[in-house]
Amino acid sequence: MSGIFNYINRESVIHRMSGATKLIVLILWSLAAMTSFDTRFLALLPILAFILFGLSKIRFSDVKFLLWFTFVFMVLNNLLIYIFSPEHGVTIYGSRTVILEGYGRWTLTAEQLFYHLNVVLKYLATIPVVILFVSTTDPSEFASSLSKIGINYKVAYSVSLALRYIPDIQREFHDIMISQQARGLEMASKKQNIIKRLKNASAMLFPLIISSMDRIEVIANAMELRGFGKHKKRSWYSERPFRAPDYTAIIFVCLLMAISLTLNFINGGRYFNPFIG
Amino acid sequence: MNKKSPITVFVAIGIGAALFFVLGRFVAIPSPVPNTNISLQYGLLAFMAALFGPLAGALIAFIGHALIDFSYGWGVWWSWVIASAVAGLIMGLGTKKISIEKSFGKKEICVFNITQVVAHLIAWGVVAPVLDILIYAEPANKVFTQGLVGGISNIVTTAIVGTLLAIAFSAAKPKTGSLKKEA
Repeated sequence: MSGIFNYINRESVIHRMSGATKLIVLILWSLAAMTSFDTRFLALLPILAFILFGLSKIRFSDVKFLLWFTFVFMVLNNLLIYIFSPEHGVTIYGSRTVILEGYGRWTLTAEQLFYHLNVVLKYLATIPVVILFVSTTDPSEFASSLSKIGINYKVAYSVSLALRYIPDIQREFHDIMISQQARGLEMASKKQNIIKRLKNASAMLFPLIISSMDRIEVIANAMELRGFGKHKKRSWYSERPFRAPDYTAIIFVCLLMAISLTLNFINGGRYFNPFIG
Repeated sequence: MNKKSPITVFVAIGIGAALFFVLGRFVAIPSPVPNTNISLQYGLLAFMAALFGPLAGALIAFIGHALIDFSYGWGVWWSWVIASAVAGLIMGLGTKKISIEKSFGKKEICVFNITQVVAHLIAWGVVAPVLDILIYAEPANKVFTQGLVGGISNIVTTAIVGTLLAIAFSAAKPKTGSLKKEA
């Protein structure tokens, strides 16, 4: 399972924290970064995230692949934004400072560049925290964390079931794919058109669906026999109690959220506008 | 949808999310527009939602999609995760009246597909782009184009994969009264 989610087990303050704390930090941090478009605040978040990275003893080389992936994605998205709306910054900031006339409607304005800077900062503000969460939280602790922050334990248990059965289903799908290919069914062949490929894909999916339905029945019966869902609450084997670092982290992220909301208020909107002279 | 025990529904959510994850993460065929894939998982989602109802549809999509985003590490795109959940919810609501375990004939195929088209149009044509504009302040024409491309490819995928799965599944289920007393 650690193979899918890049969990790296090291000895650090962040690793010792409860999974629930990390989940709260992740959610509030993402919310803070989502609501604000204040450039100064968005620039502060990546710096804080890098400090957290230092604390967690996760090295750059551990997550190099993920960062590379993100980088490509970010460049593509920025390109698309520019192609579709080269003067989006002008509409947001309400002024127009042309740097280069460019070709046709694709001009280059200071406002557009500033808007792109904000988009990039938004990536840098949110993605390191997600990577940090994934690499420092044991997936088996995830369900207990969900239940601790107040989500119905049956839903939390569904998440835990999903995590438990992903490797099994992956292996099964692989086996089915190979045996169907041996019978002449192709799914990724370039020679076939997309409709044909989708039809073949359904033929590969069907055995997987049937065996999954059996699985659902067997697991549901086993759980029902053990009285699952009888009580309002349940306990979790992998739950960690809150300690001082947990409380510190939660207070800290609440402060971030408060700053984000206050800035919205002070700026009279979500944007920090340096073009008002 | 037939009445299912609540435990079965929660187990189905777990297994469904795992299936959604595996299809979305390892079998995706990327399309040129970022964030959008020719993704088989929506065919599966429509099928599961029709079988286990709206709550299962919404949660399978939400959990499955969030796990995919977590595993890629490109950040969780909540706007798209929520749109997926809305799609699953509508697919479950629209197919409440039909039971694909009993039969999946012309009428059921129509209901199933009209529902999935509506679900995808609302999810990718409205929910995802509007949330993208609200959260990331992205240009409207860009997000609506992305949504439309993603939505149409999902509609085609669901129409073929979802319908074929449901037909095969209902044919494989023994029907009531299919046993005959021997003379």
